[in-house]
Amino acid sequence: MDKFDTLTGIAAPMPLVNIDTDMIIPKQFLKTIKRSGLGVNLFDEMRFDRQGNEIPDFVLNQDAYRNAEIIVAGENFGCGSSREHAPWAIKDFGIRCVISTSFADIFYNNCFKNGILPIALPAEAVDVLMKDAEKGANARMTVDLEAQTVTTSDGEVFSFEVDAFKKHCLMEGLDDIGLTMAKVDSIQSFEEQAAQARPWV
Amino acid sequence: MSPKTLYDKIWDTHVAHEAEDGTCLLYIDRHLVHEVTSPQAFEGLRIANRPVHAPDKTIAVPDHNVPTTAGRDDPKNMTEDSAIQVAALDKNARDFGIHYYPVSDIRQGIVHIVGPEQGWTLPGMTVVCGDSHTATHGAFGALAHGIGTSEVEHVLATQTLIQKKSKNMKVEITGKLATGVTAKDITLSVIGKTGTAGGTGYVIEYCGEAIRDLSMEGRMTVCNMAIEGGARAGLIAPDEKTFAYCKGRPHAPKGAQWEAAEAWWKTLYSDDDAHWDKVITIKAEDIAPVVTWGTSPEDVLPITANVPSANDFEGGKVGAAQRSLDYMGLTPGTPLTDIEVDTVFIGSCTNGRIEDLRAAAEILKGKKIKVKRAMIVPGSGLVRAQAEEEGLADIFIEAGFEWRLAGCSMCLAMNPDQLSEGERCVSTSNRNFEGRQGYKGRTHLVSPGMAAAAAITGKLTDVREMM
Repeated sequence: MDKFDTLTGIAAPMPLVNIDTDMIIPKQFLKTIKRSGLGVNLFDEMRFDRQGNEIPDFVLNQDAYRNAEIIVAGENFGCGSSREHAPWAIKDFGIRCVISTSFADIFYNNCFKNGILPIALPAEAVDVLMKDAEKGANARMTVDLEAQTVTTSDGEVFSFEVDAFKKHCLMEGLDDIGLTMAKVDSIQSFEEQAAQARPWV
Repeated sequence: MSPKTLYDKIWDTHVAHEAEDGTCLLYIDRHLVHEVTSPQAFEGLRIANRPVHAPDKTIAVPDHNVPTTAGRDDPKNMTEDSAIQVAALDKNARDFGIHYYPVSDIRQGIVHIVGPEQGWTLPGMTVVCGDSHTATHGAFGALAHGIGTSEVEHVLATQTLIQKKSKNMKVEITGKLATGVTAKDITLSVIGKTGTAGGTGYVIEYCGEAIRDLSMEGRMTVCNMAIEGGARAGLIAPDEKTFAYCKGRPHAPKGAQWEAAEAWWKTLYSDDDAHWDKVITIKAEDIAPVVTWGTSPEDVLPITANVPSANDFEGGKVGAAQRSLDYMGLTPGTPLTDIEVDTVFIGSCTNGRIEDLRAAAEILKGKKIKVKRAMIVPGSGLVRAQAEEEGLADIFIEAGFEWRLAGCSMCLAMNPDQLSEGERCVSTSNRNFEGRQGYKGRTHLVSPGMAAAAAITGKLTDVREMM
């Protein structure tokens, strides 16, 4: 997995609440058996008309935001389907960080498995960041995972919370499965004890 | 010992390792797998040369992207992408030695219907699947939730998940439901009250007289939509109804093991003085047959209400409501029962079980549909067979419904079962998101009885008028 330490980049404002994973990557793109190449389909139905032409109003189609690396969004980002195709598409497009007041649980976890940092902040902070993002390409935000801060283009700093273990894995780009396999003795002794206690499982 | 909730008890029984910061390895008793969210996980295992840790606890069935029309056991009758995903699951099931129900098997169906039906899902278990509606299995008092594909790979490789414990929320539905009000109306009404993010960070336990009175099918409908309220999982404490449902199922314990299992299952309830981080109480008598008007499952109103205006909302919801109204093509103030409907879909892991089909048949008996098209997609091959045996299929066909093979179908519309632009559908599924059932398709979520009523009148309809 790609490491995440600091990121300075353009933030795209998406003030809509309840942006669901069907919006992020519509179902017709779940037919792949690969993880790669989904960025061109990110937000497909908001981004393109049925003929494949760009919808000019959509934020990522505006010149200032084509190279966005951060999204600032309304509450409950990533709700709905568990599809990991959503963070795959976000990452493949080039977005490494999403900031909102809240995230749906499964999407939030999926981000950390893919080198994406989801940041939850209070509404007042997200309002300030949204306004900063609306300034366009010259207003670059900085996200520092080590320090757990987001800094606006004007230098205003907001601190965020992140689980220490998730932070560690993201900063080091660690493979979860490898970490868990190092605890295989605990899993095996659990299985032996469970086989006694609940043999029907 | 300090008092515990049902969630606390199941959690404590499954912690295989706990780090100092509270990060746990939670042991998984049942891992359900389908064709859409698993290919990349199996590919990951192959690349790392890892086996499936517990193939006996891993059950696969294709459901999301399979056609629901006749002749589908021949891949030539599938779209190319479906055939590739189904072939990949066939191969992965064979190569890794996991349990499998191919499309040709009568036991095939929606993974969340097959699990309970075959007795894989039992009280007190941990159940995961790469699908958010895994919450369904909580109806058995099993801790069940959806995971992403990376976590699917993690469970395949280690039979555990890296987890931190969620908070406990109690949702109590007191008293008795009125006639025409169903489990679907309960679960939608709860989301209408809490919002789609109201459950974020929580595991919900549903309790109270109205929940106890529900059948297992109804309880599955309630827990199924816990995720739509943002919760990691929904739970209902097991009782005699649960045990009766499980007994005799192919993979349920037998003999002395059944006795031992049942004795333990009877300890699975929340202690009287257990701590709850949040409590919500709703009177059953306050719940009406409901319908969604917008593009979020929280956009719930009684069928007797009118289309709202964006100004009825606050904050970020004002813009979202206006966007929903525009998308849905609705005018504020219109009585919901004036809204004309093109299509009716009955099925899904929310409402594709036999009880749901019986409820629809009750309304449809001897009637003809007025909508342009109507489709019933049973949740499994066994549900389909039972509906045929009970004569329900004849009622549906005579009414003008298409009678399909089992699968997820138009709930997520990955297969060819899709709405066209602007088509308005009354659906027993779980999500009314923009484009969910087809590009620019419009979805109103309801119970099976309400869907049947709309099929007959061609409008959103109060099912109580047809009972």
